[in-house]
Amino acid sequence: MQKLSKVLMLVGSLLLLLLFVTPLWRITLEAPQYPGGITMYIWINKITGDTPYTLQNINILNHYVGMQYIEPDSIPELKYFPYVIVAMVIFGVVTSLTGKRKLMLTWVLVMAALGALGLYDFYLWEYDYGHNLDPNAPIKVPGMAYQPPVIGSKMLLNFNAISYPYWGGLFLGLSMLMAATAFFIGKKKESKKEEKAVHKHSFATQG
Amino acid sequence: MKTYLNLIGAAILITLWGCGNNGGSDKKGAMSNAKAAEKVYVAPGEYDEFYAFMSGGFSGQLSVYGLPSGRLLKVIPVFSQDAEKGYGYNEETIPMLNTSYGFVPWDDAHHPELSQTDGVPDGRWIFINGNNTPRIARIDLTTFETTEIVEIPNSGGNHSSPFITENSEYVVAGTRFSVPFPQKDVAISSYKENFKGSISYIRADEPGKMDVAFQILVPGFDYDLAHSGKGKSHGWTFFTTYNSEESYTLKEVNASQNDKDFIAAVNWKKAEEYLAQGKAKEMPADYMHNYYDEETHMATSTKKKSVKVLIPSECPGMIYYLPTPKSPHGVDVDPTGEYIVGNGKLSADLTVHSFDKMIKAIENEAFDTEIDGIPVLKFEDVVIGTVQSGGLGPLHTEFDGKGNAYTTFFISSEVVKWKLGTWEVIDRAPCYYSVGHLMIPGGDSRKPWGKYLVALNKITKDRYLPTGPEMNHSAQLYDISGEKMELLLDFPTIGEPHYAQAIAADVVMKNSKKIYPIEHNKHPHAIKKESEAKVVREGNVVRIYMTSIRSHFNPDNIEGIKVGDKVYFHLTNLEQDWDTPHGLSVMGARNAELLVMPGQTETLLWEPQRPGIYPFYCTDFCSALHQEMQGYIRVSEAGANVPIKWSLGED
Repeated sequence: MQKLSKVLMLVGSLLLLLLFVTPLWRITLEAPQYPGGITMYIWINKITGDTPYTLQNINILNHYVGMQYIEPDSIPELKYFPYVIVAMVIFGVVTSLTGKRKLMLTWVLVMAALGALGLYDFYLWEYDYGHNLDPNAPIKVPGMAYQPPVIGSKMLLNFNAISYPYWGGLFLGLSMLMAATAFFIGKKKESKKEEKAVHKHSFATQG
Repeated sequence: MKTYLNLIGAAILITLWGCGNNGGSDKKGAMSNAKAAEKVYVAPGEYDEFYAFMSGGFSGQLSVYGLPSGRLLKVIPVFSQDAEKGYGYNEETIPMLNTSYGFVPWDDAHHPELSQTDGVPDGRWIFINGNNTPRIARIDLTTFETTEIVEIPNSGGNHSSPFITENSEYVVAGTRFSVPFPQKDVAISSYKENFKGSISYIRADEPGKMDVAFQILVPGFDYDLAHSGKGKSHGWTFFTTYNSEESYTLKEVNASQNDKDFIAAVNWKKAEEYLAQGKAKEMPADYMHNYYDEETHMATSTKKKSVKVLIPSECPGMIYYLPTPKSPHGVDVDPTGEYIVGNGKLSADLTVHSFDKMIKAIENEAFDTEIDGIPVLKFEDVVIGTVQSGGLGPLHTEFDGKGNAYTTFFISSEVVKWKLGTWEVIDRAPCYYSVGHLMIPGGDSRKPWGKYLVALNKITKDRYLPTGPEMNHSAQLYDISGEKMELLLDFPTIGEPHYAQAIAADVVMKNSKKIYPIEHNKHPHAIKKESEAKVVREGNVVRIYMTSIRSHFNPDNIEGIKVGDKVYFHLTNLEQDWDTPHGLSVMGARNAELLVMPGQTETLLWEPQRPGIYPFYCTDFCSALHQEMQGYIRVSEAGANVPIKWSLGED
């Protein structure tokens, strides 16, 4: 079982590398005149769309209500998140090699904390984009903010904004789940070992 | 009294009922209205099954319809200026209409022909001929834009064209009016001595490379229509002729005297051999080749100076004449490539020649006679059947791929369905009125989609609400999936469709472009960012490098323009979203608007005449702030010292 625990820890932490291959989150804007919607993908290191021009098109829409331009270059998180992820992968691999449960638990807790912080950060960015509006915007709707939801859907004027985790987000969750499982099954093994050891000992004393 | 009133009531009812009947299916010729409506109904948001391309005739354009709905999807400008799209008005497309005569803003567009692979329409391009100033155009079906036009030299009118070969190797051209070859100043009465016909093969398989590969000098008949062979007859093209009498006046009588005219059978593979052997004469010629490059968004014209000509008497085996009754119009090759149908337009019957019989007759060299080195085969050696139609004035035949042929009869105003091989008439359907050509999707190819038939009628009269003396021509859609043809729908068409083509929608729609990627834009005056916007004076030429994006032009305030300047607006549309063109128009500009697609650059020339302030604005509703998409240009006196200045959003 300890071997399985190690493998889970290893695979779990390596799973994080998939964040460089697939986006974490997906936000789709739906409106009648946009058949198929406009979809934006949030990666660990970039923001993309369903076409190379999606960001430009979203920015054009946003400027009517005075939202700021989304410029991935000006979002520092996209620059340092990749290092954090690589660091967590290395930490995870080392943890797996040692097989130490304490380290596994630490890894899971750090990862969960980072994930929560990431989500909160995502929320803050969304809040800023949705609320920090140009006072000279051509279209001003009193009391209206354009913050898309973190998870779920919400009508923003004529657009329905739908936001859900994408494959990367799912892999991130799976990664933590695997590390947590590694921690738990590692524990059973260790306790069994202890039991056996006690057993032997008692035999010895009896003998 | 009461009974009397009842009787009157009944009489009125009967009259009304009778009227209703008259106004309904009986008079108008449709099947049960509800049933027909169901067959042509395309629900909102749904797509038609076929793209249909109908020539505009004297409109010079090509219109695109959806079938079975008959909805107009687009009008593609080809040979005529189109102010709506700026085609032939903006600096980039003006060269498309260049000819050896200079800029010709109109033509008579006759026969669209889809590109083919293995004899099946492949949806890459569609070609169409201009009859008046002889030309052939290529339309790219990823953009539905005219991208290439080549002029045909030594032709008096390009009618029997383009009629592509099986793998789009060539499109063909045959002169409708014979003229001196090469042109010269002679008495018209010297027709028999001086007038010649020409048949041309134009390379078609590579965009940008359309060129007259060779011409064949032929007797001075009128060359009418054509079709290239398919399957076993691939390598041959068949051209109908009339006026084998070689008359030059009162042709309606004098060109209709001979009992039989000819179908010219050209072995173009043989012609290629002669060409390779150097048998062609290089003759001086004057013609233009115009090509629109999708990346520079500009057309350029190239002058061509000579053409290779093959003379039949020096090239045995290259061309034969098949006697065919009464001024044949259409010549149509069935999907197997065996039957060559001659539509003798002044007769009641159709003549069907056999390709196999023709080859045998050629092998036997049993020629009737020879005209200018062209052997004339014996009628009985090539004919395989006659369709005793019962109609009058057959013009054009297409096929359903199930062994049936459908022929239009202009004079008796009907479509007749008949069986290949037995030549028996199966069904006939009246047309409203006087049908010219017909079209079955893929109906002149190896694999027709034999579901619908469109009759292209020449006379409209009372079919629609009247619109004064001039009315659009009428098309009629028939369901041909069953034994009997069933009229489903009438719809008006643009100009005069002489011919049409249709193709399954899925072949074309998957390749349809949504934008031009801005990073591929190689226009010499394109700018890719708003920050690059500028105004540059070079003598009296002022170039405005302008961008458009929702919902402003950059710059939108321009000063320093003077009367007498030539002002070029180089407008790059920075949009990269589907269906976001911007237009541009300037008060007093004497050409037309620009209509610039996303990622494209177009240029409007404006020569201001009077000092003052000139507004310009976006003409294509683009956004909620479209009305605000406008700007001002200040024009000063010719000698003024107002410096060039431009801005956006500065107070």
